[in-house]
Amino acid sequence: MFKDIEHLIRLAVVILVLLAVFVVLRVAVVPRSFGQYGHYRGAAIEETAARPIAFAGHDACEACQTDVVEQKKQGKHMVVACEACHGALAKHADDPASVTPPKLDTAVVCARCHEANSAKPKDFPQVVTADHSGGIACDTCHQPHRPKIETSTTEAKKTEPKTKTEGRK
Amino acid sequence: MDLTRRRLLVLLPAAAVAWKYVLAGTPEASPNYKLTEHWWTMLIDIPKCIGCGSCVRACAEENDVPDGYFRTWIERYHVADWKIERPEVTSPNGGKQGFPPNQDASGKNFFVPKLCNHCSDSPCTQVCPVGATFVTPDGVVLVDKNYCLGCRYCVQACPYGCRFINPKTKTAEKCSLCYHRITKGMTTACCEVCPTGARQLADLKNPKDPIHEFLRTHNVQILKPHMATGAKVFYNGMDGSVR
Repeated sequence: MFKDIEHLIRLAVVILVLLAVFVVLRVAVVPRSFGQYGHYRGAAIEETAARPIAFAGHDACEACQTDVVEQKKQGKHMVVACEACHGALAKHADDPASVTPPKLDTAVVCARCHEANSAKPKDFPQVVTADHSGGIACDTCHQPHRPKIETSTTEAKKTEPKTKTEGRK
Repeated sequence: MDLTRRRLLVLLPAAAVAWKYVLAGTPEASPNYKLTEHWWTMLIDIPKCIGCGSCVRACAEENDVPDGYFRTWIERYHVADWKIERPEVTSPNGGKQGFPPNQDASGKNFFVPKLCNHCSDSPCTQVCPVGATFVTPDGVVLVDKNYCLGCRYCVQACPYGCRFINPKTKTAEKCSLCYHRITKGMTTACCEVCPTGARQLADLKNPKDPIHEFLRTHNVQILKPHMATGAKVFYNGMDGSVR
């Protein structure tokens, strides 16, 4: 009955060898963490998380810049994070001595938010900078960290051109 | 022990596998961060968005997003009178430099920041043939750029247009919800710089997160709910014309 069993054994050996090759290849090719959490490489999560940061976060800034924090607390810019205007400064936070933040051009930086646009919320302070200041730097009159010009000092009132355009579009 | 041909043949595959692990190294782990204790999402408060483009610039800087590609972008909607089904949507350079002033002021005008919705049943992860994109246990859709083939299936599958192929790496890329920041206890770059608080990172598994109170007390929507993607970027004050 099993006269030609040798053929079957040969076939079985071939299949077993192929199976072994497949298993070895699979172990070698599939990353170790594949399937740790699901059908993907689990180590990819840690690799993504290991990327260095560029924005230090306002907590890092406020640890040193206490005078600016005090100033900002008195005005509407209290809620604006430092790096919203000053840009990404994680390198400065890591090494304050050798990396210094660049000086900002307020005529450009302020206009990014406060240039009038019909799609902006109506209660957001907006100006047409061409009418409001004629393109001169905003910090000529406004202190950027506490932008409201105090009305008690009449001097400040005089230096502010065309107040009518302020606050409304 | 002599190194015979037989022994060498046995040792070579083993050595190759071992070397692979050595090369992979151990990535820097975030201490005290538990994957299962978070479920990240974002809240977009449309009435607060001023279209300044800070988020777009910050995202590009934080994540090395190439010029002309966007992980987040801002759209300006102009809805003329009753034409709610045909809004005019503009997004010059993704709103990176803000929006030109003196645009059509008639009708209804507002800004909508867009980003990956970090869907819990995301179509993009379902179509990936190799498992290079996935939803993490803390609810963030990530791309494994070392595993991605660049086949573009996911780019087509995303109903929100949130994915692109990075021209340098030729792999799929998208918003990672600043995973390298949120796992260190920081907020995302876009939320960090948003001057009006129109974007807020939220953790749905954190019972103390103000998101819960916000969702209870506001009329909040998600984008394209009919697609059943499980999108979890919540939009407050969203007009019906937004898609």
